[in-house]
Amino acid sequence: MAIFINKETRLIVQGMTGSEGTKHTGRMIVSGTNVVGGVTPGKGGQSVEIAGKTLPVFNTVAEAMAATQANASVVFVPPKFAKAAVIDAIDAAIPLVVVITEGIPVHDTAAFFAYSQTKGTTRIVGPNCPGLISPGQSNLGIIPADITGPGRIGLVSKSGTLTYQMMYELRDFGFSTAVGIGGDPIIGTTHIDCLRAFQDDPDTDAIVMIGEIGGDAEERAAAFIAEYVTKPVVGYVAGFTAPEGKTMGHAGAIVSGSSGTAQGKKEALEAAGVKVGKTPSETAELMRKILNG
Amino acid sequence: MDLFEYQARDLFEAHNIPVLAGAVATTAEEAEKAASVMGGRVVVKAQVKVGGRGKAGGVKLAQDAADAREKAAAILGMDIKGHTVHQVMIAQAAPIAEEYYASILLDRANRNFLVMASVAGGMEIEEVAKTQPEKLARVGIDPNVGVTLEKAKEIALLGQFPAEVLDQVADVLVKLWAAFVAEDATLMEINPLVKTEDGRIVALDGKVTLDDNAEFRHADHADLVDHASANPLEAKAKELNLNYVKLDGEVGIIGNGAGLVMSTLDVVAYAGEKYGVKPANFLDIGGGASAEVMANGLSIILGDSDVRSVFVNVFGGITACDAVANGIVSALAILGDKATKPIVVRLDGNNVLEGRRILNEAAHPLVQQLDTMDGAAAKAAELAAK
Repeated sequence: MAIFINKETRLIVQGMTGSEGTKHTGRMIVSGTNVVGGVTPGKGGQSVEIAGKTLPVFNTVAEAMAATQANASVVFVPPKFAKAAVIDAIDAAIPLVVVITEGIPVHDTAAFFAYSQTKGTTRIVGPNCPGLISPGQSNLGIIPADITGPGRIGLVSKSGTLTYQMMYELRDFGFSTAVGIGGDPIIGTTHIDCLRAFQDDPDTDAIVMIGEIGGDAEERAAAFIAEYVTKPVVGYVAGFTAPEGKTMGHAGAIVSGSSGTAQGKKEALEAAGVKVGKTPSETAELMRKILNG
Repeated sequence: MDLFEYQARDLFEAHNIPVLAGAVATTAEEAEKAASVMGGRVVVKAQVKVGGRGKAGGVKLAQDAADAREKAAAILGMDIKGHTVHQVMIAQAAPIAEEYYASILLDRANRNFLVMASVAGGMEIEEVAKTQPEKLARVGIDPNVGVTLEKAKEIALLGQFPAEVLDQVADVLVKLWAAFVAEDATLMEINPLVKTEDGRIVALDGKVTLDDNAEFRHADHADLVDHASANPLEAKAKELNLNYVKLDGEVGIIGNGAGLVMSTLDVVAYAGEKYGVKPANFLDIGGGASAEVMANGLSIILGDSDVRSVFVNVFGGITACDAVANGIVSALAILGDKATKPIVVRLDGNNVLEGRRILNEAAHPLVQQLDTMDGAAAKAAELAAK
């Protein structure tokens, strides 16, 4: 089963003909993803050879979907053109669009997110995220496919490298799906969306939730867990030592006054019954104990 | 990027939001000159990006230009909550009848924008929200619709503005929205928004935060950067395109990925409790971690005189650990004698064995490897102990 993506996922890559797009399309194909084409406005009608596969290029997502029956898109378009690319995907009513691009102005993200809500037919993951992987089934984005294989842990994280780190720590168990939701102030799919999907997924037994400073997404996720999630959840929050008012790498990772602190998030999660690790390895250890009974 | 008050004022003026005359001065002489051009009484205001400057003595009324010179001389160079005052704003003094509040900000929780407006102004808005919530309008805005005049009037009514200023306040809200969008702001706050004794609505003080991600479409925003109070290491890192934040500890940190680096700081802080040391910085070298980027990163960190040890913490995702190891070896070759502090390296992930082999073979006297993040953090903290 897994969440959001599986063996049935037919992927197109927006920005496939750019250097990043080409590189990661190759990696996705090698890791077993069914890539069926790409979209680059102005290059429709061409085809490109990537990782031994001949892939057609289309001008729009709608054209690509009509020709390939694609049901998901991943966006590797530079920040300047990302909004137009996502709007194109929403207009085509593609069920899933994963926005890898880092550095999109938040006004652009707010606009395409609001547009997706109005249309109601497209889930957005990201932006500024590593994408998501259901090991052995499908891999959308830049998460390395060889860290671990299929298993029954679900993972949701704002951070890419912490996702990799946690997958590595728990590589002997494997994952149903790992979702990097992204580090921007506005993201299309939240911790809560993933928690709900993991709770409802019969192939996920336990959930790792990784958060970081900034905003109150973790606090709201904690309230959701208390109300809805019956599967065991372990948590980790990064940024205890972050100073107030400084952006720590991710555009959304900033403590403002007394809000958005790691301590506040940890306390909220613990109050919801989530075991929170002090370090990534301690967090993995907590999960290990749960799975080993 | 947060702006100074005078920059916010200028931005408001450029977008036709009513403001009073104002000018910025970096010396007492400039302050006197600006005051004499303005004529009459002026307010001399410290320009610092921190609240509470009034209480700290950073805002003073001056009777004339000579007085403005004196007041500016007293305020310039002051320390307000750790911020040195390098500039003052000379603002026209106005007889104020009422103080109101208006702002637009990014609402992360609702993933849209939020307009707040209240007839109760002049204090922290959190205070109004707590004590007089019925007087505070909080209205979510669809980014694709914006603040129409109709919506603005609705907000002004909700904020309990009196009838005689409703139209003027609504007009300010519409213009504030236009400015917010045009400048790619994430916060525009007017506090106080005042009614003068002659009945005009004017933005008296403003706070503006601009989205750094939107720099590519705002070449003019580069002029707003505050170079004077930037930390020199942070300024140099920015030139080198590195994501660096200076902190006040002793263990230099380099890692890949914002989340992993934040986590590394925390792990070092825990390990450092025993030795009385803390992380010295945040530095994310991103996915690539080429020799050049690694050398740039190391040179910034080794240029920090507070640093006594360095912890390089890399999880090879797309980047293979052998490439990272080669980056470290080449970086140390580039730095030569400038590399003087012990460096603890923890590599894991993609092609880790080859990466560790490369570092072992290079056998650089400053470099030691540990297998786990926690173990490496403890070693780096120990090496930084006094």
